[in-house]
Amino acid sequence: MDFLRARTWAEALELKAERPEATPIQGGTDVMVEINLDKGRPAALLDLNPVGELTGWSREGEWIRVGAGVTYARLIDELGEVLPGLAQASRTVGSPQIRNRGTLAGNLGAASPAGDGHPPLLASGGIVEAESVRGTRLIPVAEFYTGVKRNALAPDELIRAVRVPAAAGPQYFSKIGTRNAMVIAVCSFAIALDGSDRPEARRVGTGIGSAAPTPLRAVAAEAFLAGELDWAGGSALDEEVARRFGELVAAAAAPIDDVRGRAAYRSHALAVMARRTLGWAWHDYLRAGRGAR
Amino acid sequence: MRVNVTVNGRRMAADDVWEGESLLYVLRERLGLPGAKNACEQGECGSCTVYLDGTPVCACLVAAGQAEGREVVTVEGLVCGDDPAGEGGLHEVQRAFVAAGAVQCGFCTPGLVVQAHALVERTAGRVPEDAEIREALAGNLCRCTGYEKIIEAVRLAAAQRTTATPSP
Repeated sequence: MDFLRARTWAEALELKAERPEATPIQGGTDVMVEINLDKGRPAALLDLNPVGELTGWSREGEWIRVGAGVTYARLIDELGEVLPGLAQASRTVGSPQIRNRGTLAGNLGAASPAGDGHPPLLASGGIVEAESVRGTRLIPVAEFYTGVKRNALAPDELIRAVRVPAAAGPQYFSKIGTRNAMVIAVCSFAIALDGSDRPEARRVGTGIGSAAPTPLRAVAAEAFLAGELDWAGGSALDEEVARRFGELVAAAAAPIDDVRGRAAYRSHALAVMARRTLGWAWHDYLRAGRGAR
Repeated sequence: MRVNVTVNGRRMAADDVWEGESLLYVLRERLGLPGAKNACEQGECGSCTVYLDGTPVCACLVAAGQAEGREVVTVEGLVCGDDPAGEGGLHEVQRAFVAAGAVQCGFCTPGLVVQAHALVERTAGRVPEDAEIREALAGNLCRCTGYEKIIEAVRLAAAQRTTATPSP
């Protein structure tokens, strides 16, 4: 095994072009587990820790650009207001020690269907900024996951940043696990309401985790709910609408029975989480005075 | 490969390090610092918790090469005073663990002490709520089920911190 150390982003891209088989390592919270438990042995590790360009985030208009080296701990501390769904999901990742090292970009690189970062990224319509010596590609998160632990990155590409729209309404994340920490999701769900003043821009975003070969959106549930919510009038949530939304979310998933839970349980839990998170989000929407105008 | 790292204030070098090796292995097997414990090797148990550039991390999940040129503090590095080998040299968090009887088999203790140390440092000047202590220690498993005494130890250390002058 070789250990390649990139000191700058340009150097990282050159090293990845020369050695496309190298596994990038940032927080190490996935990569080192594979090596320690002898589940896989990369031909080379490409250490991105020294690459200073990756460790910052910036606001660019309505978008937040989160550098690939920004840890979950920093996402929680620094971006909780502007990316609340992502911050909530970040709080459920592993333990404090894991959140001090792990990154959202690492979650995307590993592309586990159970990764906690995926549902809120799907719900808010994030974009992966992939870069190589050939140039930059912007890949919508919904198109990024291509299979179990597989993603759309080319062999010479690295994740430079993740672009996420600043929240335009309430966002929530919910996750099922055996305890409140150190848990790989049995299943998870994220919702984002975009209560724009322009009726045509109002939308509902969703993300489902750990209930299909890849994280995915519940597209039919989004369209149904966006059409049913009383965005301008601000009336209370219709329980029948919430129930139907939960059903449609569960129907979008394709869960399996595995060590963490049964498929039937996952479907049931998804419907419950969808209904509950919608209730919380709509409550916030009304409280913020978003309806009634 | 060779890895140069500052551990507990001393510049050290480890040779013949395998590229896939963890910082934990380097500390324990190459640098003679067995304080951080090796248990799960997947970041689940926290018994290998050390400071990396001032941040508590699982040493088993840091590739050895990632520690190059950086500063590591292990549980051994928390001792202070003139008598580091005796109880008088223990850090107040360590003394609180002794006083509260927060140790059974002791295997999880070094990781818990480092993580508790980080919490007490961060909340200096106040005693954290139990929920905050539990959250901070959520990544440290004790299989002797000694959590009550451990939380008591953290409260004790934090309380001493709020009344005593800060230690270096």
